[in-house]
Amino acid sequence: MSSLLAVLIDGVMHAAWLFTIAVGLTLIYGVMKILNMAHGSFYAFGAYCCATALGQYFAAGLPPMGAFLAIFMSALIGGILLGLIVERGILRLFGGRDPIVMLLVTYALFLVLEDAIKLIWGVDPYIVGEPLGLLGVVKIGTLVYPGYNFLVVVVAVLVCVVLTSFLQQTAYGKILRAVIHDPEVSSTLGINVTRWSLVAFITGSVLAALGGALTAPTISVVPGMAVEVVVMMFAVVVIGGLGSIPGTIIGALVVGLVRSAAVHFWPEVELFSIYAVMALVLVVKPKGLFAGMELRKI
Amino acid sequence: MNAARFFALIAILGVAVACVGYAFPAINFLLAVALSKGLAVLGLVMMMRAGLVSFGQGLFYAIGGYTAGILSHLYKVHEASLLIGAAVLLSTGLALVVSFLIARYRDIFFAMLTLALSMILYGLLVKSAALGGTDGFNVKSITFLGMPIGGTARYSSLLVVLGFALGGIVASYVYSRTAFGRLAEGLKENEIRVEYLGASADLIVRISYVGSAVLAAIGGALAGILVGHVDPEMAFWATSGEFVVIAVLGGSASLITPFAAALVLEFVRSYATQYAPNTWQLVLGVIIFALILFLPAGLAGLHKRRKHAKTTVGA
Amino acid sequence: MTNRHSVRFLLAASVAAFVASSASAQEAPAFRIGIVTFLSGAAAGPFGIPAKNAADLFAEAANKGALPAPYAAKGFGGRAIELVTIDEAGGATKQVSEFQNLVEQQKVDAVVGYISSGDCVAVAPAAEQMKKLLLLFDCGTPRIFEEGSYKYVFRPVGHAAMDNVAAAIYVNATNKDFKKYAGINQNYAWGQDSWNDFEATLKAIRPQAVVVSSQMPKLGAGQYNAEISAILAAEPEVLHSSFWGGDLEGLVLQGAPRNLFKTMNVVLTAGETATHRQAQQIPDGTIIGARGPNAIFAPENAYNTWLRAAYSAKFNALPSYPSYHMVQSLLALKFAYEKAKGGDTNKAPTTDEIAGALRGTTFEGPSGTVKMSLGGGQQAIQGTAYGRTKLVDGKTTVVDVRRFAAEEVNPPDGVKTSEWIKTLKVK
Repeated sequence: MSSLLAVLIDGVMHAAWLFTIAVGLTLIYGVMKILNMAHGSFYAFGAYCCATALGQYFAAGLPPMGAFLAIFMSALIGGILLGLIVERGILRLFGGRDPIVMLLVTYALFLVLEDAIKLIWGVDPYIVGEPLGLLGVVKIGTLVYPGYNFLVVVVAVLVCVVLTSFLQQTAYGKILRAVIHDPEVSSTLGINVTRWSLVAFITGSVLAALGGALTAPTISVVPGMAVEVVVMMFAVVVIGGLGSIPGTIIGALVVGLVRSAAVHFWPEVELFSIYAVMALVLVVKPKGLFAGMELRKI
Repeated sequence: MNAARFFALIAILGVAVACVGYAFPAINFLLAVALSKGLAVLGLVMMMRAGLVSFGQGLFYAIGGYTAGILSHLYKVHEASLLIGAAVLLSTGLALVVSFLIARYRDIFFAMLTLALSMILYGLLVKSAALGGTDGFNVKSITFLGMPIGGTARYSSLLVVLGFALGGIVASYVYSRTAFGRLAEGLKENEIRVEYLGASADLIVRISYVGSAVLAAIGGALAGILVGHVDPEMAFWATSGEFVVIAVLGGSASLITPFAAALVLEFVRSYATQYAPNTWQLVLGVIIFALILFLPAGLAGLHKRRKHAKTTVGA
Repeated sequence: MTNRHSVRFLLAASVAAFVASSASAQEAPAFRIGIVTFLSGAAAGPFGIPAKNAADLFAEAANKGALPAPYAAKGFGGRAIELVTIDEAGGATKQVSEFQNLVEQQKVDAVVGYISSGDCVAVAPAAEQMKKLLLLFDCGTPRIFEEGSYKYVFRPVGHAAMDNVAAAIYVNATNKDFKKYAGINQNYAWGQDSWNDFEATLKAIRPQAVVVSSQMPKLGAGQYNAEISAILAAEPEVLHSSFWGGDLEGLVLQGAPRNLFKTMNVVLTAGETATHRQAQQIPDGTIIGARGPNAIFAPENAYNTWLRAAYSAKFNALPSYPSYHMVQSLLALKFAYEKAKGGDTNKAPTTDEIAGALRGTTFEGPSGTVKMSLGGGQQAIQGTAYGRTKLVDGKTTVVDVRRFAAEEVNPPDGVKTSEWIKTLKVK
């Protein structure tokens, strides 16, 4: 019983982390139809920004609890800056290209960012573990969890609620949904698709950076962390069905719980459990669990 | 381009590569590696003509490499023609089975399903302690029809790989002129119209998939022999991703540009590693940006641009 | 000067700033050494850069004649040395290709490099066929010299089996009544081999103990909440890990608040690299190793004193074990070169002569005596050491140190490590 509870807790924590990052990927795909290979680099960039911000913050001797503000601000500023530069400076140059070419563009972007991060921050790891201890620990049965891990879950839930209510309840949300559904028709209706693309891209970039910033205190921030993230996020969004927020929630939960169950009960298969599940889901539901209807173009 | 001109062009290019390799022994290895990767990319291009992008080409690249490796390492078969023959058989069999699973998939879902399958093989290979796990193992003392290849026999290796590359191009060319080959291109434009013609879209996908798997397996077997080493990295998504990069750089309009693009990428990377060891990824990325920006249809566009006036572009 | 030449010149200048000053003074062309370590990716910070720094430091000191005796001759026996550094990232195929380029285009006389075992396995046959000296300086797998036989490939540092054999002996001796143990290792050859050797040794010397959990997260996963829960739930008394770099640091960060280190004896076979940045976070009593008697475990000798002082002065940090491995490998090359040269001042020894001089020899380095005694004289054996951490004034120190003689933790020549481990006796 207690191990099932542990599977559930670990799985949900992992899912929260996956969701925060993957929802940005799915948003960018939904609006721009770009599968962003550099999304992992945005995550890494957020982690590095946060590591720097926290380093400065603690060096200045400010009240420890303010560190959480530093985490969010670093993700917000870093994400907006990077998103703006990439969308305006690079992706704009390749507007209107085939989706597969855009995939290649984002791959090149991934390569460039990988070295750019190295040039800015060097190869030495950044360790900023202080916030991990600030929220105490939570005891569940025999297991002890840092309170910080639950903060990550809370943030993921908040992101989910804010995004969903924006899309479903507000006028701007309706416009954005129209753009997601059909950019061409939307632009004939007078919607500035270019501007909405920028908004979506920056939001996605901020969310990836937020994922990185929240993770930074629990890990050692090192080069190469981007690579590990990209394909896992692809799996999450594909399992859920591309471009769908409820799908991303389910995708994140499936991947998080499967991985956690594998670790607890069958560690040998952990490495490819995610891909096995992705293959299985696609075999049963060829377009992911939450695929929308598509028009047949004759 | 008519058939006679195409074959003449192939022959001239083949002789040219053989001469360049002879004149500059230092680049033989790089040329040969690029050509064997080019074979895997050629398979990808054949699929891209049908509108399908596989992110799991590494699956068959690794099958080829490991078939050659296991046969030579554990069963002491050192004749490359047998090794490659076995790789072709095995990949055909596996691709046939898998093709029934993936035939219904299109777009990103096709890409992700092929990726998942190749990552499952990766996971299995990583766990295979007898095969060295992630360290892989060496593929040594291989001959082709009695002639030593691999290792220091770099020029003869190049010639053998070149032979297979030309064979691959010719086979793809012949296929693309059959009814199925032509229908495959229709699939990309409009699948439903193809079905209205009485053809089976799924069958076309299956045939393209098996063909592309065989090309990848030959490329993988050759790469394993050339490098003298195989490891699970061959099945890793980054390897498949690299093939997609090369395919897109080359463009799908030509059967020759996949090899040209593979060469460009290998050389750029090699020079960047030597002369910018700290920033070679940045250099590579910027060059890819530039290529996409200035050659919108890939390297194939260089050739097509001249003919553009004659061709009407379908929307 | 053409553009390409100027690029090449800049590169040479950047990797070895000393070239201009010393090359002009020497008559023979410089002895060129290719250095291959990770300059990018996750292994760059903990291994690649400390190794590259050590190589630069060594070359500078050697060319000035500033190394302690008997290595005091300038360069290699009076001949200047020059480094060409390239990045190890990019996989085995790329490394084989770049090795050829180093030899044929950069005209290096020897290559010292490779941290990843996969790269070592791939590059060794290439070096052998090209008859070029290759000194593997950090990779761990014993397979290289157990499955192949080489004349030009050497590894002047111990292989990884001794790390795990010694770790098992250490926990067996210091923890009298443990019955359950677990492991958390990265899911690739290094992690798998480390765990297998550790488990096999304990099976041989402590058959009553059982494995309760063996976690294999993927390399670079970074987050281990689920793995830590699973291990805590299995309640082992001993936990083995060969984690390194960011993964190790992540495990320490996430494990410490969850009492992972309090509830069990944790053995970190590559733990030393984490003590430099994480001294505060590694709980006292953690058992750490340094892949040989390196860094914190290094003996007091002239070479160690030089390395510590020179490295601290130049890089403002203490050298970690990859720096020791690099210096030891370069010293091996210098030693062999000068031995092959003999007293003849004009002679430039050939590759075969240098290889002959290194084969089966014994030399001294910053981690003590190194014997080239396995694999027909191509592979070094060395003793090693384990100890428990204790934080003193914000710095990690080690207590309860146990030193192992080379023969105690290495198989005799000609015996495979895996076979030898089975013959270990209950003590």
